Amino acid sequence: MNHIRTSRRSLMQAAGALVVGFHIAPRGALAQAAPANATPEINAWVVIHPDDRVVLRMARTEMGQGTRTGLCQMIAEELHCDWSKISTEYVTPGQSLARNRAWGNFLTAGSQGIRQSQDYVRRGGAAARIMLVQAAAARWGVDAATCTAKDSVITHTPTGRTLRYGEVAGEAARLSPPAQVPLKEPREWTLIGQSVPRLDTADKTTGKLIYGSDLKMPGMLVAVPRRCPVFGGKVRSFDAARVAGMPGVKHVVQIGDYGVAVIADTFWQAKTALDALPVQWDGGENARIQQADINARLTEGLNATEAFVGNSHGDARAAIAAAPRKIEAVYSYPFQNHAPMEPMNATVVWTPTRCDVWCPTQNGEAALVATAQAAGLPQTQCDVHRVDLGGGFGRRTTHDWLIDAVLIAKQVPGVPIKTMWTREEDMVQGRYHPITKAKMTAGLDANGEITGLHMRISGQSILSFVFPNALQNGRDPVQFQGLNAGGTEGAIGYTFPNLLIDHAMRNTHVPPHFWRGVNHNQNAIYLECFLDEVAHATNQDPLALRRKLMANHPKHLAVLNAVAERIGWGSAPPAGVFRGIAQQMGFGSYVAAAAEISVNAQGQLKIHRIVAATDCGVAVNPKQIEMQVEGSFVYGLSALLHGECTVKDGAIEQTNFDSYPVLRMEEMPKVETIVMPSGGFWGGVGEPTIMVAAPAVLNAIFAATGKRIRDLPIKDQDLRRA
Amino acid sequence: MAKLNVNGRVVEVNASPDTPLLWAIRDHVGLTGTKYGCGVAQCGACTVHLDGVPTRSCGITLGSVTETQKIVTIEGLSPDGNHPIQVAWRALDVPQCGFCQSGMIMAAAALLAEKPRPTDEDIDAAMTNICRCGTYNRVREGIHRAARGLSG
Repeated sequence: MNHIRTSRRSLMQAAGALVVGFHIAPRGALAQAAPANATPEINAWVVIHPDDRVVLRMARTEMGQGTRTGLCQMIAEELHCDWSKISTEYVTPGQSLARNRAWGNFLTAGSQGIRQSQDYVRRGGAAARIMLVQAAAARWGVDAATCTAKDSVITHTPTGRTLRYGEVAGEAARLSPPAQVPLKEPREWTLIGQSVPRLDTADKTTGKLIYGSDLKMPGMLVAVPRRCPVFGGKVRSFDAARVAGMPGVKHVVQIGDYGVAVIADTFWQAKTALDALPVQWDGGENARIQQADINARLTEGLNATEAFVGNSHGDARAAIAAAPRKIEAVYSYPFQNHAPMEPMNATVVWTPTRCDVWCPTQNGEAALVATAQAAGLPQTQCDVHRVDLGGGFGRRTTHDWLIDAVLIAKQVPGVPIKTMWTREEDMVQGRYHPITKAKMTAGLDANGEITGLHMRISGQSILSFVFPNALQNGRDPVQFQGLNAGGTEGAIGYTFPNLLIDHAMRNTHVPPHFWRGVNHNQNAIYLECFLDEVAHATNQDPLALRRKLMANHPKHLAVLNAVAERIGWGSAPPAGVFRGIAQQMGFGSYVAAAAEISVNAQGQLKIHRIVAATDCGVAVNPKQIEMQVEGSFVYGLSALLHGECTVKDGAIEQTNFDSYPVLRMEEMPKVETIVMPSGGFWGGVGEPTIMVAAPAVLNAIFAATGKRIRDLPIKDQDLRRA
Repeated sequence: MAKLNVNGRVVEVNASPDTPLLWAIRDHVGLTGTKYGCGVAQCGACTVHLDGVPTRSCGITLGSVTETQKIVTIEGLSPDGNHPIQVAWRALDVPQCGFCQSGMIMAAAALLAEKPRPTDEDIDAAMTNICRCGTYNRVREGIHRAARGLSG
């Protein structure tokens, strides 16, 4: 049993996230209970124990994507430590705050855990190695330049004398950091680029890994919350007395003006009482909103005069108006829930002078801000202790659930309260993939060549809900992911003679959020499927059409060519099998996919095989990249086949995996991954492949059936041959 | 007071008979390897063996289980974490976030006990657990790998 004692040190050990041993003044009663730790910290990233154990510190969060292992590869590449002696610990945002943000950004989203950390974590490893070598050289009274370090052993080359890292760590920790910290050239790497096994697999095969929902503390109670099912709605009244006597029930509390929670000894007692609790909700105006209202609003935006421009050159409208032939199509993409396997949860101890939380979060620093605000305390009197996530996918970059947990715990001072959402609450109180539509219009000349393309997006803006300060004169730049004229993050891979991509912002009362792949998910479908439509309408091969438009985009083209070659594009597929292809750039990486599918006489789709190519510049761990590509297909194909949340009377209708089905084993195709890093840049891998999953399959469905699916998901659509 | 036979040990559980077995195991027996993912027997994260049969423990109540029925959880699958499925899982780095993996492993172990050399179709039929990270293909490979090991 993973019972937790009262000291903060043991709390975090039990949580599987050993976060101790910093040379910082402890704050607050819990912190003072932590024993002083004399283990030498070489620098913020590297701790070396006397017995040579190496502890590497993590600011980014592990949620299954392999970032822990990749970060260790990068630090160890420069540290020259013994890989078998490495373990990791999460630093807390409070510790980082106290040290002038020594660990940089904690945000683990946007496929940036590796690429945005790579420079400073490698320098952290290199600086620590230099200091360890200096310490050894000083002990020997020799020039550090005559010493080398390998596998945690320093050798004085002329004499062959050796010292272990653990033997000199204490002295190294007292040295000043080196002024110059040169890094290896990529050709010198021995760890970066290797498919080393993950550091964290074993405990996931025995049930030992402790997630947030598994935490236990002495005297802990469990809260199960429920918010007004209508977004923006309020609690009118509730009758706590009706459930106060039920088994295990300790408290019934209100959360802000929008929710209630039952606090009991166990989850099941709290949930049972919550289900029995009479609550009157006031949904307000929003309770009248239906899905059809939202759809109509988006449709109106497709033809609206006003729109924010994302990418424009030439005069697309004029070119289309003057073209002898025009093709037009309207696409749509629905709300979706992140549905990570572990529902939202957080464990909180609140006192009038201190608030500590233990939770799975994708952004420790944002979690600290949320905690402090909800606790009514300065950040210096709060901290966030992280545990590994049971899935994130963007949901855990925002902290509405944590705020609720703090507001609940605040009503029971000094008592650890673990707030756990039911799956039903997780489904109806999500932060959803934004809903959009797009009208695609192409003007064609007499030869069928595109003279102008207009892509009008209509729908929800994430930034206007999440970070309104980041809007640019009202425009949401994130809306145009993968459609930008250039840049290193998400540039369009085609050159059109005239182009206009614009966005009519049509927000809804349903809160949108970053959802693995974000706006690439629909943008890639809109563009890649419409280009496929143009190809078929003009009797061109879809690959050949793309190649004509991609002459100025060699990296986009290279991944597209790679999947075309591997799948055998141009040769006959097996009988009854049809192919589709798509490419996109996002999160700094270039990806493409080619799918082989069949549709039987009953209209049943079978995805047999998908080939995916990724150019992420530098491939830190190719096996991890393969796993992320496979995972991206699970997420992207789940969205394509099943993912849809709808609104009725202002609330989300789907409440669990029976009404919100997701991809399962039998639907999963074979995946062949081509990792083709071209060097010179660092791209992400956690998300990019999602963007090409759906369009490659949709284009193959058209090839198989002659049916162009423009509204997702395809679960309710008739795929029988037209 | 109800009695459960969990991982070879008889444990007294002081909980209401309508408590799902999942919550009896997690909150009363104190074994948290068995996960709550949906509560409606859809996702399989709570899969345990009940007399050898893979069972979604959120879907049956404490009161419906007798002391003579043998419950095995992920913690009791093998004494040292070396069940062939667990070994294969580590060799292939199957888990990503890992939250669904206790249930995946229990379902896979039950499949192998019933069918030592399962086909892909057998795996599709038996492995209906939900994974959101995307481990399905490695789960399949892991089962085949463990099966090869078992049959020498």
